[in-house]
Amino acid sequence: MTDVLERPDAKLDLKVVGTRPVRPDGADKVTGRATFGADLAMPGQLVGKIKRSPHAHARILSIDTRKARALAGVKAVVTAADFPDLASEEYEAGESASNLRDISLNCMARGKALYDGHAVAAVAATSAAIADQALGLIEVKYEVLPHVIDVEAAMAADAPLLDPGLFTQGLEAKPDKPSNIAQRNQLLRGDLKAGFAAADVTLERRYTTAAVHQGYIEPHATVAAFGADGQCQVWSSSQGQFMVRTYCAKLLGLESSDVRVTPAEIGGGFGGKTTVYLEPVALALSRQAGAPVKMVMTREEVFRATGPTSGAVIEVKLGAKADGTLTAADVVLKYQAGAFAGSPVGAGSMTALACYDVPNFRITGYDVVTNSPKVAAYRAPGAPIAAFAIECAVDELAPKLGLDPLALRMKNAVRDGVKAAYGPTFRNIGYVETLESIQNHPHYRAPLGPNQGRGVAVGFWFNVGGESTAAVNIGEDGTATVITGNPDIGGSRVSMAMMAAEVLGLPIERVRPVVADTASIGFSMLTGGSRTTFATGMAVTQAAQKVVADLKRRAAQIWEVPIKQVDWLGGAAVCLDPAKTCPDLTLAALAARSARTGGPIGAQVSLTAQGAGPGFGAHICDVEVDPETGHVTILRYTAAQDVGRAIHPSYVEGQIQGGVAQGIGWALNEEYVFDAAGRMENAGFLDYRVPVASDLPMIEAIIIEVANPRHPFGAKGVGEVPIVPPLAAVANAVSAAIGVRMTDLPLSPPKVRAAIDAR
Amino acid sequence: MSRTHVSATVNGDPVEFLSDPGMTLLDALRDELGLTGSKEGCGSGDCGACSVIVDGRLVCSCLMLAPEAEGRRIETIEGMADGSVLHPLQRKFLEHAALQCGFCTPGLLVAAKALLDAHPDPSEREARYWLAGNLCRCTGYDKVIRAVMDAAAELRQVRA
Repeated sequence: MTDVLERPDAKLDLKVVGTRPVRPDGADKVTGRATFGADLAMPGQLVGKIKRSPHAHARILSIDTRKARALAGVKAVVTAADFPDLASEEYEAGESASNLRDISLNCMARGKALYDGHAVAAVAATSAAIADQALGLIEVKYEVLPHVIDVEAAMAADAPLLDPGLFTQGLEAKPDKPSNIAQRNQLLRGDLKAGFAAADVTLERRYTTAAVHQGYIEPHATVAAFGADGQCQVWSSSQGQFMVRTYCAKLLGLESSDVRVTPAEIGGGFGGKTTVYLEPVALALSRQAGAPVKMVMTREEVFRATGPTSGAVIEVKLGAKADGTLTAADVVLKYQAGAFAGSPVGAGSMTALACYDVPNFRITGYDVVTNSPKVAAYRAPGAPIAAFAIECAVDELAPKLGLDPLALRMKNAVRDGVKAAYGPTFRNIGYVETLESIQNHPHYRAPLGPNQGRGVAVGFWFNVGGESTAAVNIGEDGTATVITGNPDIGGSRVSMAMMAAEVLGLPIERVRPVVADTASIGFSMLTGGSRTTFATGMAVTQAAQKVVADLKRRAAQIWEVPIKQVDWLGGAAVCLDPAKTCPDLTLAALAARSARTGGPIGAQVSLTAQGAGPGFGAHICDVEVDPETGHVTILRYTAAQDVGRAIHPSYVEGQIQGGVAQGIGWALNEEYVFDAAGRMENAGFLDYRVPVASDLPMIEAIIIEVANPRHPFGAKGVGEVPIVPPLAAVANAVSAAIGVRMTDLPLSPPKVRAAIDAR
Repeated sequence: MSRTHVSATVNGDPVEFLSDPGMTLLDALRDELGLTGSKEGCGSGDCGACSVIVDGRLVCSCLMLAPEAEGRRIETIEGMADGSVLHPLQRKFLEHAALQCGFCTPGLLVAAKALLDAHPDPSEREARYWLAGNLCRCTGYDKVIRAVMDAAAELRQVRA
């Protein structure tokens, strides 16, 4: 199914892109000066706090706030009655379309509390102690209802219903009874029955994963000020100031132009800060109190009421011919959505078979509401769960066919020209190159000791483009300022500055990047989906190119030559007319004369970036299992990924290493644990254990560069792919080490020990 | 609620503040003294984002009551650089891209300084265990450990 395609040139003459300069916001971040959400303070600010449901599922019979309001120092108390009762409406503002009513109900419960930790009221007071006391004085009467958290229990016909008005969408006929299954989606190709009939070997397995949290170290924080004239200011740590603006305006019934949102530095997000929890509540409190309100979550609140991603059940059936050719795949994905519809099962379904060229398949996804916090995006949302199942199944299939697990993947690998399982035809993908790089890596052939095992796995993510704005302004001394609207989570400022520097021909130190508030730059979609370096980078590059075009025009005017006789080289205008001897005009020289050549120099570009190149990764993991305790040690880890072009290789490696570490935590330790009443039992970093430095080895990141022709420098998104393969890479390694197939995450010591005992 | 008068030394300078009985050292640093470089990631001593050095000992400032700081010598991230000259650890963190979001960075730097003060020539394993109390969710620790080892080597050369 492949055809011959032009590969873009991998070698451009680049001076800045591809180097490793120090990030321009670095000094502030190593000296403690960078201002994160909780570091902000406004004169006269109040402290806001939230009262949360202690029940996993309960009808709210009444909320009596009179005693709290009467307490000296309490300036505002809000409940759902202080927010408009919104109609159900899908709205595009976060990482994907979200339902405004659901977001409103998640910020403040109305009628029913749907999970332990669900907000039911909020107060603002002159001190944290008074706010805490006021929370205790709010009297909420509940009628506790039966709850359901397990995804398959929630799908059962007799399950307690979260929303009696919820009818499964995506079925052939509208069901006659409500259900917790919000949606069923299906991807089909070919003839499944014929595909399995043609198979010499089939394998059928069931896998489970636990709900896990993004685990950013910075809890959510905001300061909001509602002005007497209705003009609002919000400072907050989020993945998108425009997203915060939209949701605040919609949830409070305001005009978006009356809400100005300034992004604080963000202490990690990984998708978990692509929605709002505190900002609309702080604004509502501020409106009532007439003073700014600051709200900061505790770690316990972060666990109980934000994130996580879905726990899931995945059933896989694969069929292959004796030579290893896959003939059919049947995949069923059941994802927890939490309290409101909208799990990432759609993306899980679309990515499940994205690395494989399979002629016949059926992928069925179920989006299931449960009495747990509404899931939020988490790095390649949905994909790691699906890949865990597929990559474990493929790994188990390989020895049945007498094939090396990488050879089986190579045999069925998607290539340029292959129609992806999710629809489009692949172009300029670097999957095979990525596979080859780990096949040829010394790690893959290194000897293993007793109780040690090796696992491999691959992963895919679409990567995203979308709407972005960037401005490039030239100072009178010939330096440049780059203004964008995307919060810098992992070093994107430096990438933006580097791309502008490359086009302008300036050293990186003379380009300063700024992340601006919603009133100071045009709209940009949030930082997520691995879109910023690609899409906003495209806007930055085009804005810099417009500046260069203007500079050439100005030089032509000064030299009195046609513009086509002017080139831009090494940060200066060069006259190409051999009849003239014009000394080069540097950017600084042109900037100094700007008043006489047309005024200030600058350009802004707003665009919708298309053609985000999909990303592929291939990982090798070595583990050692302690047979007495079941404890798993990660011995060695190698991750190769096609990134198109690494703008700043250090931060690309950092994305790969960080994603791998999160995936290892997901595989080995992390899980939401609920008690019989549906309350989270491990809402803290002591009991919800994310990987620490002593848990991990160095993580070797291998950068593969198959350029994306749709980006000026060839970049593809980087950040999501690295978390996709590790769940299976680790599980396959543990399975190899103990000789038992492990199918349920996390592979915590008791589970591994039990598997060893049962073998 | 009566407040306690506390006198201490922070980054070499004398400081005084009034503390509520339940106030943590972290809250005193951030809210009373305006030193917001120390971060609160958990408030329970599990993440290390609030790491400071008290009389030479690495502590989570969220686990220490502010009145306990009386008469103590406290070092925070704000005192690590020598004026505008970065400490080698700070410089190496930047050169190695050992931070992404930067939220855990102040705590990691303070903990790494305590490590190198106590053990100028740590093995990678020692560094990993010493920093095991400082959670970083962005980097996977690879570049953090490299930066710490590189800074240790540079500091040893300076001392030699």
